Amino acid sequence: MSQADLLDQEPVFQLKGSMLAITILELVQNDLERLDRQLAAKVEQAPAFFSNTPLVLALEKLPENGAGLDLAELVALCRKHGLRTLALRASQPQLIEAAGRFDLPVLPPSGARERSLDPAAKPAPAAKPTEPEHRPSRVVTTPIRGGQQVYAQGGDLIVMAAVSPGAELLADGHIHVYGPLRGRALAGIKGNPNARIFCQQLAAEMVSIAGSYKVAEDLRREPLWGKAVQIGLSGDVLNITRL
Amino acid sequence: MAKILVVTSGKGGVGKTTTSAAIGTGLALRGHKTAIVDFDVGLRNLDLIMGCERRVVYDFINVINGDATLTQALIKDKRLENLYVLAASQTRDKDALNIEGVEKVINELKENFEYVICDSPAGIEKGAHLAMYFADEAIVVTNPEVSSVRDSDRMLGLLASKSRRAENGEEPIKEHLLLTRYNPERVTKGEMLGVEDVEEILSIRLLGVIPESQAVLKASNQGIPVILDEQSDAGQAYSDAVDRLLGKEIAHRFLDVKKPGFLQRLFGGRE
Ligand SMILES: Nc1ncnc2c1ncn2[C@@H]1O[C@H](COP(=O)(O)OP(=O)(O)OP(=O)(O)O)[C@@H](O)[C@H]1O
Ligand SMILES: [Mg+2]
Repeated sequence: MSQADLLDQEPVFQLKGSMLAITILELVQNDLERLDRQLAAKVEQAPAFFSNTPLVLALEKLPENGAGLDLAELVALCRKHGLRTLALRASQPQLIEAAGRFDLPVLPPSGARERSLDPAAKPAPAAKPTEPEHRPSRVVTTPIRGGQQVYAQGGDLIVMAAVSPGAELLADGHIHVYGPLRGRALAGIKGNPNARIFCQQLAAEMVSIAGSYKVAEDLRREPLWGKAVQIGLSGDVLNITRL
Repeated sequence: MAKILVVTSGKGGVGKTTTSAAIGTGLALRGHKTAIVDFDVGLRNLDLIMGCERRVVYDFINVINGDATLTQALIKDKRLENLYVLAASQTRDKDALNIEGVEKVINELKENFEYVICDSPAGIEKGAHLAMYFADEAIVVTNPEVSSVRDSDRMLGLLASKSRRAENGEEPIKEHLLLTRYNPERVTKGEMLGVEDVEEILSIRLLGVIPESQAVLKASNQGIPVILDEQSDAGQAYSDAVDRLLGKEIAHRFLDVKKPGFLQRLFGGRE
C-alpha cells in the first residue's frame, strides 16, 4: 500500500453517542400570532434563555396533527425570539414534506420523559456565590423492579438492593448500588460531569454520566463486567475501574 | 383475620389457575375455610380445574352488579367442607370489573373466610391489577425461563407500588416465589434457568418448586385439583408449598439442580 493509501485510511472522524438536554417547544394550537405575543412575554422574563437556544418543534399535539400550519413562518418566528430550530416532531404528511424542504430532520414521536421548563426560574445568579446546598441522598432499601424508575433529584441515589433489568435509576448526583446493577443507571443527569456510579456487580443495560453513555453491548466487552466497579467521566469518555 | 392471597405472574399460561386450585384446596384440607375467586373474566377456567363447571349459576360479576348475593354465587366444593369457588363470568369482559365492586365482594368474603385466593388473569392490565390490589400476600408463579422471570419481576414492582397496601403506606404485600413446570433435566442441559438463578434474579423467598408433571394435565382433565393426587410429584410439591405458606420449614424436593454443590451432595437437599 502506498503512503497516500495509508493516509487515506486514517480516520478523519469519529462517531460519538451523547444525550443532550434540549428544549422542546410543544405547540398545541395553530395560532402563530398568539405564539408571537406569548413568546415575546417569555423573552422579557428570561432574555438569557432565548439566545440561540437549540430547539425541537413538537407538532404532534396540534389539532388535526398540525394540518395547514405554516412551517416557514413558525421557524422564522422562533428564530426571531432567539430559538434555533434543529428538528421537528410531526406525523402529518404535509409537515413532514415541508420539513424536507427546509432540510430539517423529523424525529419520531417521543415516549420519553419530558419536564415542563420555566425559563424564568433558572437564571438570576446570586451576587455572591452561595454555599453549595446539601441535598439529602435518596436511600432505597427494596429491590427496584423492571418498569420502575427512581430519581434522586438534586442529590445522590443509594440503592441497598438489586436493580432489575428494565428498571431505571436517575440522579443529579452519584448513584450507589449495593446489589447487582442489571437495569439502567444515569448519574449527573443535569450535566454534572463529576457524578459517578458505584456498584457491587456491573450487569447494567446502560450506564450514563452527564449524558455520555455505554450500553450493555459495549459494557459486556469490559473485563470488569460482573465485577464491583466505579464509573466516572474523564473528558467525554466513561472510565470503568475496579472498586 | 382473613388473609387475601393473590396468585399472579404477569406472563400467561405459567400455572396460576393450577396453583390457585391446588393451594386453595390444600388450605381447606388443613381445616382453613377458603374461597377461591376467578378474576379471569371472559376466560374462566378455575371452575373447570375445580370440577364445578356444571354448577355455576351466578358469577363474580353478578355479585358486583347486585344480580345475586355472594351466598348465592359461591359454589361449595363437593369434596371438602371448607372450600368454595366464586366463578368468573364467561360472557363479560374485564371492563365489567371495577374497584368498588371488587372491594365490596372482597370485604364480604373476608368476614366469612380465613383465606381468599384470587386467581389473577395474565398481563399487568386492569384485571391483574384488581386481582392483586387488595392482597395481603402474593404468590408469584414463575416458569424457569427468562421471559417469565422478567414478567414476574415487573409484577413484583407493581405489587410494591400499585397495591392498596403500597398506596396507603402500609406494610408491603408479603411476596412468595413459586417456580412451576420445573424440569431438572432441561435445567441440566442449560435449556432452562435453575432454581438458584431465578431466586437470585428475583430475590424473594422461595415458597416451592413444582415439577413439570403429567399429573397436572390428568388432574385438570378430571376436574380434580392436583394436590389431591397424593401419589404425584406435583401434588406433593404443592402440599409442601401449602405447609410452608402456613409457616412450616420443609426442605425443597424435586429439584435435582444442575451441578449440585458439595454440601448438597453430602446432605441431598437444600436449606
Ligand atoms: N407443573 C405443571 N406440569 C405440567 N403442566 C402444567 C404444570 N402447571 C401448569 N401446567 C399446564 O400449563 C397450562 C397452563 O396452566 P394454567 O391454566 O394453570 O396457567 P395460568 O397461568 O392460569 O394461565 P392463564 O394466564 O391463561 O390464566 C395448562 O395446560 C396446565 O395443565
Ligand atoms: Mg388462569
